Amino acid sequence: MTTLDLAPVNKPHSASLVSKVLAQGRYETRVTVTNGEQLLVSIILPLLALAGLYFTDLFDSPGGPSTIDIATPGILALSVLSSGLTGQGIATGFDRRYGVLQYLATTPLGPVGLLLGKAVAVLMVQVTQLVVIGGVALLLGWSPAVSGLGFALLFVALGALAFTALGLLIAGTVRAEATLAITNISWVILGALGGVVFPIAEFAGSVFINYLPSAALGNGLRAALVEGNFDAVSCVILAVWTVVLSLGTIRWFKWR
Amino acid sequence: MSAYGAKLRPYLFLILLKCCDFSFMLSLTNVHRDVPTRNGRFHILKGISFEAQAGEVTALLGPNGAGKTTTLSIAQGIDKASSGTVRLLGVDPYRAGAGLRSQVGVMLQDGGLPMAVTGERLLQHLQRLYQHPADIEALMDRLDIQDFRDRPIRRLSGGQRQRLGMAAALVGRPRVVFLDEPSAGLDPVSRQIVFELIEELKAVGVCIILTTHLLEDAQRLADHVVLIRDGRVEAAGSVEELTSTGLRPPFTFRVREELTTEQQQDFPSHLKLSRDELVSDSLVWCVAGIETPADLHALTAWMLKHNVMPMDMGLNSKSLEDVFWELTAHDHA
Repeated sequence: MTTLDLAPVNKPHSASLVSKVLAQGRYETRVTVTNGEQLLVSIILPLLALAGLYFTDLFDSPGGPSTIDIATPGILALSVLSSGLTGQGIATGFDRRYGVLQYLATTPLGPVGLLLGKAVAVLMVQVTQLVVIGGVALLLGWSPAVSGLGFALLFVALGALAFTALGLLIAGTVRAEATLAITNISWVILGALGGVVFPIAEFAGSVFINYLPSAALGNGLRAALVEGNFDAVSCVILAVWTVVLSLGTIRWFKWR
Repeated sequence: MSAYGAKLRPYLFLILLKCCDFSFMLSLTNVHRDVPTRNGRFHILKGISFEAQAGEVTALLGPNGAGKTTTLSIAQGIDKASSGTVRLLGVDPYRAGAGLRSQVGVMLQDGGLPMAVTGERLLQHLQRLYQHPADIEALMDRLDIQDFRDRPIRRLSGGQRQRLGMAAALVGRPRVVFLDEPSAGLDPVSRQIVFELIEELKAVGVCIILTTHLLEDAQRLADHVVLIRDGRVEAAGSVEELTSTGLRPPFTFRVREELTTEQQQDFPSHLKLSRDELVSDSLVWCVAGIETPADLHALTAWMLKHNVMPMDMGLNSKSLEDVFWELTAHDHA
């Protein structure tokens, strides 16, 4: 048994920001992947959606790209929505409700460390999603446009920022239960009708939908991975959303 | 002019020294806090001032809703004072960064612990935020956490969470520790563990600020008690100071039957006889002014003369509880 030394350290002795952010990122990633609910929304549900689209041949058109080629970019976009909006939104909402955010703000981690730590965790989860979902899609015969992979990563990163900011904005302004409801409903609505999984052309009068961050992400990923093109318009739309949502979060986020 | 300046220099130096006096780890000066409500502004704190020193336990004591937790939140820098000055280790805690946070440990009233992780994982994580953390194995031994270290926090009992919260507050070997109701919900054994640890922190020079609504705890632990009621500091001082002054005369006796008017009128004139307002029993009397054996003798001489045989009598050393009830009496009347 070691002896307990509680003699105070009489000088500031916070770890460096980098090690704090990495520690927080590691911790949050671990919490996410060991949480069944989070795993469900981040990996299982997108996989189910992928399987559903694959077996129903919804996107089949003679002479056009195969169902799996159209579906996979949409499912990747959906998984970005899952981990950013739903996953971080709900986790942060309940952390806020139980005073965890307030507690963490009293440690050397601080607000900046917390937010950057969460960003690291979202990125880690995203990498896992890309590997698992991409891997399953490849097994099902997905052949992405290799020239568009770089563009796709750009859209994934931007989307992660935008939807994490949206998740935190909701979590930081309304009650935890409301966060749960809003983020889940938005996931379903944006996922199904917001241009994430289904290309907008499927709907009539879809002008507005194209300006949603969800559609920008879905369209951008499809352009990159189906045709190997860079969808500049979608990129600008998504970037603007990222900035607006981040500013909104910084402005309105309440720690308790 | 310059000769004048030279004469003044030592004094200026002293004043400067006084301004930089960090013997107070925490000081609040005339702190107000109000929040907007539908009917105007609600004043939670109406001018709180107190100081806390190293190697001492400062207890904020008061009834529920008195403003203890708000005071603590402002002292910690979680909440912002509407007006007044707060200095924690010489800086404004609301604006302070990681440097200050690394020297201050906080245990919140409702824990603030993440529900999904185990106690061990939480402590391991917190440890990484400091350059010179405490040994968490030893900390877990000491707070009797080992038995439930690998259980998710949501499955822990209130007392177990409380001890884990205390461990979390101490991981960074802080100079100042804030404990909000540290003994709430603890069984006698856990209470003992927590109290001993607080004594130990005191011995190594940590400044401990705690809130409690249990007078017993304050009496046992506190070097300095700040009694807060209705957003104000009602009384402050050491336990001895608070219990040696006050409104209640320290001598009481109980008689079998009502004292007659004649008996009351013949009472030694340098002593003051009055009914004890704090008990419903009208046969209990208080005597003010008994300071010497001669005063005591005058009292018993009066009893002999009037054949008054008390059922019980005594010099009462007041407990903190008496002070507390005196000061809050009109709330409960």
